Amino acid sequence: MATYSTNEFKAGLKVLLEGDPCSILENEFVKPGKGQAFNRVKFRNLKSGRVWERTFKSGESIEGADVMDLDMEYLYTDGEFWHFMRTDGSFEQVAAGEAAVGDAHQWLKEQDVCQVTLWNDDPIAVSPPNFVELEVTETDPGLKGDTASGGTKPATLSTGATIKGVPLFVNIGDVLKIDTRTGEYVSRVR
Amino acid sequence: MTVSDWRPLADLSALTARAELLDRTRNFFAARDVIEVQTPLLAEASVTDPDVEGIPVPDYGYLQTSPEYFMKRLLAAGVPSCYQLASAFRHDERGSRHNPEFTMLEWYRVGFDDAALRDEVAALCDALLGPADCRTLTYADLVGDVERPREALDLAFAEACENLGAGRYFIVDYPAEQAALARLRPDNPAVAARFELVVDGVEVANGYWELTDADEHRRRFAADLARREARGLPARQVDEQFLAAVAEGLPDCAGVAMGFDRLVMLAIGARSLDEVLTFR
Repeated sequence: MATYSTNEFKAGLKVLLEGDPCSILENEFVKPGKGQAFNRVKFRNLKSGRVWERTFKSGESIEGADVMDLDMEYLYTDGEFWHFMRTDGSFEQVAAGEAAVGDAHQWLKEQDVCQVTLWNDDPIAVSPPNFVELEVTETDPGLKGDTASGGTKPATLSTGATIKGVPLFVNIGDVLKIDTRTGEYVSRVR
Repeated sequence: MTVSDWRPLADLSALTARAELLDRTRNFFAARDVIEVQTPLLAEASVTDPDVEGIPVPDYGYLQTSPEYFMKRLLAAGVPSCYQLASAFRHDERGSRHNPEFTMLEWYRVGFDDAALRDEVAALCDALLGPADCRTLTYADLVGDVERPREALDLAFAEACENLGAGRYFIVDYPAEQAALARLRPDNPAVAARFELVVDGVEVANGYWELTDADEHRRRFAADLARREARGLPARQVDEQFLAAVAEGLPDCAGVAMGFDRLVMLAIGARSLDEVLTFR
């Protein structure tokens, strides 16, 4: 794998830091007028999602990481792994474990296209679509015609996710549009 | 960078602010009988400083990293106090507060020492940025323990400057090893008669009560070249015409260089050079 010098650092570059694949978020050049130059760099650890900050001497190099973000179709889970298939017609599949899927599991619906991050061809992170449409499996009975009172209640969805703030008119069997970034109700689809 | 990125970075209000600041700067020096000069941007030699890389121009030499040597040659030839507003160039310096090409305001005051020059720097800041007090800190006040390797000190210095926050600060009494071309303080040779100005956490000026001893210049250049070699940096030819001028007699003087783009940044409250440079 290629190595990158500090003057090639830019947001989005994927590198190996302390053995973990990271994505550069910010790279700030720091140099006193009459002194040595440094780069203060913020990374996102792609495995843990944590943000790391490190300072390098300008000119230092670090190893690149073979990291790819791929659109993949979610197929099913066998309880231990979540299976995804490439959308390029190759039907190639990968199995992502719990560490890679994380909280995304509660938004995964068969046939939805997710972004899967592969490091050396192994999945390390899964991002669900920003919006998903899921069926309500459990909620208090709907108040027919109440579309204006502004009251809300919780609801459980087909994936097992529980969301708060669902309007009172929603019934079991309704399909709701959810923003997966906030976990909030957007609208009733049908 | 794509073809569609042809538009300027700075908006019209930033351009207007720069024009106004250039005007005020020229008026400031005219009122003090400091003459404006212009020296070449393209020079045969570059500097020996291991932390300043000139940009080589094949067959010609280097783009100048500051007009210092040419201006000191003017002084040695009898030109009185003078200033210059010009582009300066430094290889591989790029960030929110750095650009390989930037505008430098540099001036020399014959007969001044560093304290007198600091007063004038403060007065120019008042004229450009509005009146405010300047506080003074020693290098040791700022970085704490000075008995550390140079690399650790440079990083500590850069971060401590940023952390100073709002306000104007002169940093004085640099360790003798960081004298650059300042003379050592006659009453305390452990520190150099060098200062910097930090405004709102941004380093904007570096000044010296100038070293005038040609032999000491030669020793410092040799020490620079040794540090270059130790770090695996390309060697540099010592600027012999500059040394000849100093040997002929550089008058007692103090000089300072200010990053003019950074001053524009501070004047309009910008966070990055992106807001004040036309293109980069």
